[in-house]
Amino acid sequence: MKLARVTGTVVSSINHPFFDGQRLLICDLEEAGGYLIAVDVVDAGVGDRVLVLDEGNGARQIFEIDSGPIRSVVVGIVDDVHEPA
Amino acid sequence: MQLGRVTGTVVASVKANGLEGVKLLVVQPLDEHREPDGRAVVAADAVRMAGPGELVYVVAAREAAEALDPAFVPVDHAIVGIVDEVDLP
Repeated sequence: MKLARVTGTVVSSINHPFFDGQRLLICDLEEAGGYLIAVDVVDAGVGDRVLVLDEGNGARQIFEIDSGPIRSVVVGIVDDVHEPA
Repeated sequence: MQLGRVTGTVVASVKANGLEGVKLLVVQPLDEHREPDGRAVVAADAVRMAGPGELVYVVAAREAAEALDPAFVPVDHAIVGIVDEVDLP
């Protein structure tokens, strides 16, 4: 999983049926750089530091589906990260 | 998933099994501010309504094939939504 900061949202009305009613967040990746559009399952909002899963099998388990075009999911809102020296 | 701008269409009359009837579009990946980012890719249109000029979002890798029906086709990028609005407060 990757640490990221939510910077925005994406609105789409014409989409693959899997994305009906899903919330899409733009997540800026902290270490890897760049961004991902991820589906939100934890009610994260703009400004939140989050944990983004970017792997298809885990994503499908979250949505309890066998098949679907989903890979990036916001799975946690980060309170704090400790990195002892 | 990433944002992209559809810049063209691809016509291929000889295709691998599974690609028959799949609409192929040229997509320029964009950063979150909608500036071009990287090289263009060819993506399958899983919403069947995308066309040149449109702002879309694209899923990559194996999950792209799962956007299509039947799912296990030789595709590595698929358009899964047309973007109405990107809100970056």
